[in-house]
Amino acid sequence: MNSLSLSFELAGCVAAILLIIGMPVAYWLAFSNWRGKFLLESLVALPLVLPPTVLGFYALLAMGPRGPLGKLWIVLFGHGLAFTFTGLVLASTVYSFPFAVQPLMVSFEAVDRKLLDASALLGAGKWRTFQRIILPLSLPGVVTALVLSFAHTLGEFGVVLMVGGNLAGVTRTVSIDIYDHVQSLEYGEANHLALLLLAIAFAVLCLVYAVNRRVWAPAWTRWSAK
Amino acid sequence: MGAGVDAMVSKVSSGTLVASIRKERRDAGAFVLNVSFEAPPGFTILFGPSGAGKSTLLDCLAGLVRPTTGKIVIGENVLFNSMIHIDVPPQIRRMAYVFQSLALFPHLTIEQNVAYGLRDIGQQDRRARVEEILEAFRIARLRNQKPSQISGGEKQRTALARSLVTRPQLLLLDEPLTGLDAELKASIVEDLRAWNAAKRIPILYVTHSREEVDALGERVIAIDNGRVVSHGAPMDVLDAPRRKRLAQAAGFENLLSATVLDLREPDGVMRIRLGESACEIEAPLAHASAGDLVQIAIRAGDILLASQRPRGLSARNVLEGKILSLEQRGTMCIARVDCGVTFVAHVTPSAVRALELASDKQVWLVLKTHSCHLVD
Repeated sequence: MNSLSLSFELAGCVAAILLIIGMPVAYWLAFSNWRGKFLLESLVALPLVLPPTVLGFYALLAMGPRGPLGKLWIVLFGHGLAFTFTGLVLASTVYSFPFAVQPLMVSFEAVDRKLLDASALLGAGKWRTFQRIILPLSLPGVVTALVLSFAHTLGEFGVVLMVGGNLAGVTRTVSIDIYDHVQSLEYGEANHLALLLLAIAFAVLCLVYAVNRRVWAPAWTRWSAK
Repeated sequence: MGAGVDAMVSKVSSGTLVASIRKERRDAGAFVLNVSFEAPPGFTILFGPSGAGKSTLLDCLAGLVRPTTGKIVIGENVLFNSMIHIDVPPQIRRMAYVFQSLALFPHLTIEQNVAYGLRDIGQQDRRARVEEILEAFRIARLRNQKPSQISGGEKQRTALARSLVTRPQLLLLDEPLTGLDAELKASIVEDLRAWNAAKRIPILYVTHSREEVDALGERVIAIDNGRVVSHGAPMDVLDAPRRKRLAQAAGFENLLSATVLDLREPDGVMRIRLGESACEIEAPLAHASAGDLVQIAIRAGDILLASQRPRGLSARNVLEGKILSLEQRGTMCIARVDCGVTFVAHVTPSAVRALELASDKQVWLVLKTHSCHLVD
């Protein structure tokens, strides 16, 4: 498998996982009244400020044959986690966590509380209110979360290098590949991949900003009403 | 299960609301809501100045805010009782609450909004009920529109329909009709009355508009500063306001301080002097003695204007003054008249023309003794 499709596979897995686990976390952060909420908020935002190598280093320790996660994995599946695709997915999920949770949280918080009260008074429980009111009204946030976590995972380097190493077809993602090409003075090859990543990153950001500015607002509301 | 539940609900839905609620709010300083009242089926108006605690009261009834102590019962359904730790959550209280902001779901169509509260019933039954209420509130033709595409009055109709289609046992309305013109308001209220004639549930209607009280009033509960200050028929509660804030809210445009000059007990009147002016008028006798400072409330609509000094009147108070300003508002003219103190009087545009009223014109104000209400 070439490095590009491997990167896409990794980013796709991470974005999907983050959407699923990001929603309950974002919901809790948006609606909980617990005073210690800031602790979890800080924890979620930590990968934003942490050097990827620091996160990668601890991820490697945890996943190594003597780390808790690595030991558990050996017991369950008979092999370790470090330098595997699964290990890469796990570490990347942690690394991209804030990119999924923060847009979700912000859009959940932006939903008018009166609508939630109205929904409850019309007999809807929390789950139904989430499904029918909060989620449809937060669709731009959901798209942003998906796209940002996908793009962020696509471009990561430090964590992948620490946890995944550089195994062709298993953990050699496109950003590692670019690094390799540069090391081997293959500037032409490096340039191809680098340009591609640049174009993808720009396209992704265009999508996020367009969705949030509701460039296609009429079409959007028609679609989200279904 | 639909039929069984409906049968049970229609039996209890004719219940009277009995509530006694005490709510202390930490965030609002020393504000304490402490009220007890009953509301039988039909309209009950909750009337009072803003900040009196009306909305907090509705939030408590709906279960959105938990009272510090108290009891809320409809018919035989106990919804809240702090003594025995009953607190039914809002989603199963079967109360309809129409907020001032209406809170229509912006991403759903009018029909989807209205059907939102109906789900534990069969498709066919659901369709029939939605259809019935869309017709009753005249919004059937808007069924596929979004809330952002319809007018203010139509939004209000949608919000009412959405709440009532669930067959609630109590309807709470927090100034849902503010901002509508009188005609539209009256037509919505008529539809609401027609709907409730069959269902007979208590409707608590919060307003600080005197006109709405007159239009709707069966019973009024006047609330001020977190307490029930009076209740009864609208005439009794609002035409003899005993508190200044209530008088202002009840549409007494003229609130003047006055000094009692002398009491004429055999006639049941007393003479008072208005403010620092030389104006002396006669007011109904009250528990006061000469020299006391009192507050007098007079409706702008109770003041007559004359372009010449009137004679041969039964009204005891005639004051000479000069028009300061005339302002037309709708079908009514508001005249401000300086008689030493400034009065506000309402006259019709045709009267303005007939009397050739204009700024600086000399006029005489005529006040009946019993139009002068004493307030605390």
